[in-house]
Amino acid sequence: MIKLEGLSKVFPGHNIPAVKDLNLEINEGDVCVLVGPSGCGKTTTMKMINRLYEPTGGKIYIRGEDALQMDPIKLRLDIGYVIQEIGLFPHMTIEENIATVPNEKQWPKDETKQKVSEVMTLVGLDPKVFKDRYPSALSGGQRQRVGVARAMVSDPPIMLMDEPFGAVDPITRARLQNEFLRIQERMGKTIVFVTHDIDEAIKMSDTIAVMREGELVQHATPSDLLSAPADEFVSNLVGRNRSIKRLHLIRINEILDEVDRAKPASEDAKIGEVEKQIEESDIRSVIVVDKDNKLKGVIGVSDLKRKSGEVAGDYCQDVTDTITSDATLNDALSVMLECGEGYVAVVNEDDQYQGTITLGDLLNVVKEEG
Amino acid sequence: MEQIIGVTGDLFRTAANLLFLTAQGEDVEYEPGLFRDTVDWISRRSDMLLELMLEHLWLVILTLIIAVVISVTVGIIISYYESFAQTVLGVCQVLMVIPSMAMLAFMVPLFGIGFTTGVMALVLYSLLPIVRNTYTGIRELDPAIVEAAKGMGMTERRILFKIKIPLARPVIMAGVRTAAVMMIGIAAIAAYVGAGGLGELIFSGISRGHQPMIIAGAIGVSIIAIAFDYLLYYGEKRFSVEGRTKEG
Repeated sequence: MIKLEGLSKVFPGHNIPAVKDLNLEINEGDVCVLVGPSGCGKTTTMKMINRLYEPTGGKIYIRGEDALQMDPIKLRLDIGYVIQEIGLFPHMTIEENIATVPNEKQWPKDETKQKVSEVMTLVGLDPKVFKDRYPSALSGGQRQRVGVARAMVSDPPIMLMDEPFGAVDPITRARLQNEFLRIQERMGKTIVFVTHDIDEAIKMSDTIAVMREGELVQHATPSDLLSAPADEFVSNLVGRNRSIKRLHLIRINEILDEVDRAKPASEDAKIGEVEKQIEESDIRSVIVVDKDNKLKGVIGVSDLKRKSGEVAGDYCQDVTDTITSDATLNDALSVMLECGEGYVAVVNEDDQYQGTITLGDLLNVVKEEG
Repeated sequence: MEQIIGVTGDLFRTAANLLFLTAQGEDVEYEPGLFRDTVDWISRRSDMLLELMLEHLWLVILTLIIAVVISVTVGIIISYYESFAQTVLGVCQVLMVIPSMAMLAFMVPLFGIGFTTGVMALVLYSLLPIVRNTYTGIRELDPAIVEAAKGMGMTERRILFKIKIPLARPVIMAGVRTAAVMMIGIAAIAAYVGAGGLGELIFSGISRGHQPMIIAGAIGVSIIAIAFDYLLYYGEKRFSVEGRTKEG
């Protein structure tokens, strides 16, 4: 899909090339993450693909076509572009912002409107609520969603993303990443993604291209990169705790079925039975759900003494935080550490209980994979 | 037109009388002769004062239109050519520090005596604030916004008209306001070369040693300056981004 051949860039007035003889091939539908320390040439490489920077040497092929021979405006209109600073136009509404590319392409008004509201729904912004707002009235995470929506609205086959989730807090970032992966699963776009965060790279990518001082050091799948780093630079980059990084690669729904755990108690279950369940449970607690299998709370050993009543519902405590099954094991670990619990309840989008993941499960996964 | 002048003239007269009466009622120390004479002069010659104010206004508005067209264009052009910019801004700066009397004197051999000369001199004066503000307004836009626009495939022309100019407009308008207020003052001096306006009143007051005329002229200039600044300020505010972003 995208093929870079001997690509180089020397900025005027600099002796050292920013990018040196780079060869890289990205398959259709893959997310390729360019990663490396700042100044390694990853952003420069990305900006050469949509020709914001003109290469000083080498070739770029997009679907076999020589991108350097194409009209740069036409080229860019078919490549989605998201940057860290987002760059929303403050004087335009969200709808107008997202409609930028359709307007440039002179789509009919109705089609544009419809597509804008489709893509807003896709990134989780209610069009009715947000379309007439201005960017200044949005939170950082919402702006980032608008940025992604604006890049995707004309359904470009390729997207370039330069640290798109870099400017938001870690919790919002994890959520945006998961949402994005979910969207990508459906859309199957070819994506060049730039980040300096190796954890993000491992989580988001199909392949990772590690760069240093303008050169490509290794291009491999995240799993290969973790198990067989090409040299010391790469192994330093991925760090010592490689086993923990593997947790980025596995989603909760992949292991949830294998985990054998006691069934949740319904809220009107007799407390005597629940007590037995708690005794047998490896986390010394039992999850309580209501009739619709929605998460109600949790009963631990101490709750049995502290409260009184006949049925489970009388004893249960609120759960501090839950996680959805498309999150990674690393996300699950974060939630456990934040809540100070040895487990986390997994729910679906409608808050229905799916299962429980414990620290022990994570340890088993790391042991098996390592 | 005649009617407007007539009505406004009456208003002036009433205002002057009121002012006079209030001043009389209070025991304030002032030069009684000069104050009374000024009020008296204004109420007697309000038609003439108004006519001269309109003439003054016309001179300023015409100049402002020409100046905005030239300066904004120049400002936009130099925002694309960095190396060029400092030279152009330097020239504008030099033009602005030439004393107004000297500037008018330079213009006379070129354009003769009259309205045109006044307009030309005023245009040259007002270049700097507008050119500079247009230039900085565009240069200091968040580069991420321009990069995003370019990266998505907008042409340079569309970026200029849809992104850069609308976003730089508050800064450009601030420059226009500075230029306008400055110009209203200098326009009074342009009467010296026969451009007309309230300057005529002031100059003939000086030559005849008739103080009420000078004061009446100065009051007229001040009123125009304050009104202009106010109008431009609120006009801009109504259309500005901040005005619209509050609640969408």
